[in-house]
Amino acid sequence: MAIFEYAPAPESRAVVDLQPAYGLFINGEFTDGSGPTFKTVNPATEEPLAEIATATSDDVDRAVQAARKAFGVWSALPGAERAKYLFRIARIIQERARELAVLESLDNGKPIRESRDVDLPLVAAHFFYYAGWADKLEYAGFGRRTTNGHSGTKPLGVAGQVIPWNFPLLMLAWKIAPALACGNTVVLKPAETTPLSALWFADICRQADLPPGVVNIVTGAGETGAAVVAHPDVNKVAFTGSTEVGRIIARTVAGTDKKLTLELGGKAANIVFEDAALDQAVEGIVNGIFFNQGHVCCAGSRLLVQESIHDELLAALKRRMATLRVGDPLDKNTDVGAINSAAQLAKIRELSELGEAEGAERWSAPCELPERGFWFAPTVFTGVAQSHAIARDEIFGPVLSVLTFRTPAEAVEKANNTPYGLSAGIWTEKGSRILWMADRLRAGVVWANTFNKFDPASPFGGYKESGYGREGGLLGLEAYLDV
Amino acid sequence: MTTSLADVAASGATLRAFLHGLPGVDRVGADQRAATLGTRSIKTSAKATAIDLAISMVDLTTLEGADTAGKVRAMCTKAVRPGGGAPKVAAVCVYPDLVAVAVEALRGSGVRVASVATAFPSGRTSLEVKVTDTALAVAAGADEIDMVIDRGAFLSGDYLKVYEEIVAVKAACGQAHLKVILETGELSTYDNVRRASWLAMLAGADFIKTSTGKVSPAATLPVTLVMLEAVRDFRDATGRQVGVKPAGGIRTTKDAIKHLVLVNETAGDDWLTPEWFRLGASSLLNDLLMQRQKLTTGRYAGPDYFTLD
Amino acid sequence: MSRLSVRKTYKLYIGGAFPRSESGRSYPVTSAKGDFLANASLASRKDARDAVVAARKAFPGWSGATAYNRGQILYRVAEMLEGRRAQFAEEHGGGKRTALESVDAAVDRLVWYAGWSDKITSVHGAANAVAGPYFNLSAPEPTGVVAVVAPADPLLGLVSVVAPVIVTGNTCVVVASEPSPLAAITLAEVLATSDLPGGVVNLLTGKQAELAPWLAAHMDVNGLDLTGVTDADLALRCEQEAAENLKRVLRPVQEDWTADPGIGRMTRFLETKTVWHPKGV
Repeated sequence: MAIFEYAPAPESRAVVDLQPAYGLFINGEFTDGSGPTFKTVNPATEEPLAEIATATSDDVDRAVQAARKAFGVWSALPGAERAKYLFRIARIIQERARELAVLESLDNGKPIRESRDVDLPLVAAHFFYYAGWADKLEYAGFGRRTTNGHSGTKPLGVAGQVIPWNFPLLMLAWKIAPALACGNTVVLKPAETTPLSALWFADICRQADLPPGVVNIVTGAGETGAAVVAHPDVNKVAFTGSTEVGRIIARTVAGTDKKLTLELGGKAANIVFEDAALDQAVEGIVNGIFFNQGHVCCAGSRLLVQESIHDELLAALKRRMATLRVGDPLDKNTDVGAINSAAQLAKIRELSELGEAEGAERWSAPCELPERGFWFAPTVFTGVAQSHAIARDEIFGPVLSVLTFRTPAEAVEKANNTPYGLSAGIWTEKGSRILWMADRLRAGVVWANTFNKFDPASPFGGYKESGYGREGGLLGLEAYLDV
Repeated sequence: MTTSLADVAASGATLRAFLHGLPGVDRVGADQRAATLGTRSIKTSAKATAIDLAISMVDLTTLEGADTAGKVRAMCTKAVRPGGGAPKVAAVCVYPDLVAVAVEALRGSGVRVASVATAFPSGRTSLEVKVTDTALAVAAGADEIDMVIDRGAFLSGDYLKVYEEIVAVKAACGQAHLKVILETGELSTYDNVRRASWLAMLAGADFIKTSTGKVSPAATLPVTLVMLEAVRDFRDATGRQVGVKPAGGIRTTKDAIKHLVLVNETAGDDWLTPEWFRLGASSLLNDLLMQRQKLTTGRYAGPDYFTLD
Repeated sequence: MSRLSVRKTYKLYIGGAFPRSESGRSYPVTSAKGDFLANASLASRKDARDAVVAARKAFPGWSGATAYNRGQILYRVAEMLEGRRAQFAEEHGGGKRTALESVDAAVDRLVWYAGWSDKITSVHGAANAVAGPYFNLSAPEPTGVVAVVAPADPLLGLVSVVAPVIVTGNTCVVVASEPSPLAAITLAEVLATSDLPGGVVNLLTGKQAELAPWLAAHMDVNGLDLTGVTDADLALRCEQEAAENLKRVLRPVQEDWTADPGIGRMTRFLETKTVWHPKGV
């Protein structure tokens, strides 16, 4: 037995008051859905948390109509007034941060340390950031001053937004904050496995006295999302999720006037040179792939390590992985929580088994996994070649594939040898090499000597099949303006 | 020690090449790692374990110009019996001229006597004086010597001078354990902290210690983290284990526990004993005792119930 | 006895060379009145494929060139175009005066875009004030290989869609106006003599309906400009095909080529790269 064992330090579940069932949020009211209800479960225990409504295409139509009606009022408000609503929302999120963090961990399975210290602070910050833009759009530079006023500051109309389950409330913030700041109204569909925080957000909109219809939340599975995307009165579609679904959406909106932004999958290379700050590189690798159980589109899932330090780095990485605390998401000392769903767990298992079958060497951190719930131990594959499926397919789980390179040019070539292009990492103490590499990596976000950092002021989004458009920063406004 | 490391100090050039060949430390990354570990929530039984462990690792220190034999005796009494059934501390730490007083007061207690030496805290004197300072403290009965490195020589790149001084002081220590104070607050960068750690270990340090307590910042979590990484890597490379002592600025139980978390998750169990990890402190002990009592009684404690020796 | 003129053979422009269509096919180009002007190459899907290969090959060099260099080359294109003013006016069709105005506007458009090469980064990039000890900078980068279906306006329209794509570092495969492709090939001759590296612009003449879907479906094409597609069904089909590898698509649009173009045609085929680095000692 270890000398210094940490006793359980569970966050209180009592701060979240769960109702047995939840409806849709349309035109400022909670209403029943017309489709069959479904359960959202706690992935750490498989315990059902609540019954959730399914919005049919008729329900989605009601939501779009409400958003259309509200658009007139909302877009006509002076930017400064819209700003104040968004500031209010940001403040309420801060006030209710603890409750929301617990809720997020319950529904998603992510460790409370992350929902408390990463998700929630970023959610509030995102609303604060875009609140400030609402009355400054003419300074954003997307149009020019003309005799008729200022071009490039007009909203698009009704935004249909479909978000994933990995950062439920943060992805909501990324979608709703800029949309509202620019004067659009929204119909948002949260993921079917993590609908709760979006419904809590609906309540926050009410506490903020947001005009009815400005934000509408429709829950359901893929069909509900498809109805949102396909609705003829939606002017803008924003989606974060898999590349597979992104393709379908791009096909759906083809031939329409809908503006589309997509934030899709990735298979990021995290490149470690022999002169890297090794301890921080190890932290960056761990943070890159095990943050949020690896359910991160920009996860550093391919470790490209210079051959000369492969053994040393892998030894350090495994030593560090052995200290990862896997388990109860509500325990404040948990580093790696539960896999979000049985389906996702099956996919991670399948790809990992394929990795072994293809000849890569598998090592998992020695940790005891709970009996109930969906769990996967932090895992690293060595001896991986570019041709292996685990080096090409997005696993979206706590599984790292390790490849080697000899020269900077080879590192770039391997890093870019993927249809994805969302993010990349570079670890070296040599400044000019960082900039040389950064120039050549075909990825929307390049983290040098850091990884998985996010900020509302910093644009995020991909190259190639990782999607198009940017979220965050000044450039994030473009997606919601008629420019 | 492996042959490659044995030759490291053959010349100033080889020493410099070695120290500058160590992996760099990214400040922001190290700060974040330390901050994340600082969020560990240590409750109930874990907290009780941690408090007693921390008490047993304290180098109870008084290093004032106003120190007297009376003050040192009182402190020694408390070091042996902190109160409430708490374990005794690891050592007391005093100036060389008060070593004899402490030795007398602690005889048979198992609490060790540590003495600062080498013209503490600045170290600005000749090597002869430093060696004599050390030898006198050892002769007076000190079990441990806390020396300071020549930061001026270090910052000017004269690593060999720093190395040779440590070697000379180590020789003067005889059987006494040598703790080498890096005074990290004056080294400015974590890269320097790592280099100074390796330099001290190569020269024979039994412990590396952050600070004199006379310079701010003293012990910070990231500095302790970098030093723990250094002793871990040094043992991997040489097979020799070196201890770590953060000192200065650790005043609360929370601070102390954060340091223990760092040890636990960086260097591991092998360092979680007073033999290999110390906390240099004075006021910390009472806070540990107060928190300890809160765990026992369920009531928050008040300072009037804890002695000020 | 008057001298019999030497006619020009209008070929394709691929990888800096002027090949005939691999299919060996051609089609007659006539004036607005129906008079025969020339036979243009009727490019095939294989020509389109070769053009994409050439564009991809040219991409690293062109995107890696300095913005100043790209601007200089675009300005050089304008100079060369100015020098062939009369020839373009003749090939342009329509009234002589309108033709000259159009050529002049095309020259001016090139000059305008040439100047953007080293400014779009400042206008469309950003220094981001993140809440932490990080340097954080966003800068635009070219999308890659862009397939462009050029509008009917034979020169000004063509220049107005090609210049914004290449000035930022993209390379392109252009399907010239089907009924009036001659100016496009003459423009290719201008490009070939303007220090523009081979493969940066590849020009195909032929049928939109035959070429555009192959380019739209091509998995090594990153962007698709459908400006010149007038058939809504074809445009829809192309956009759907483009979804397979998530090409950035510019939908068909009726544009007044004499109006201020704005920066939208450049930004449509730009990616944004954001680089983070810690600030520490």
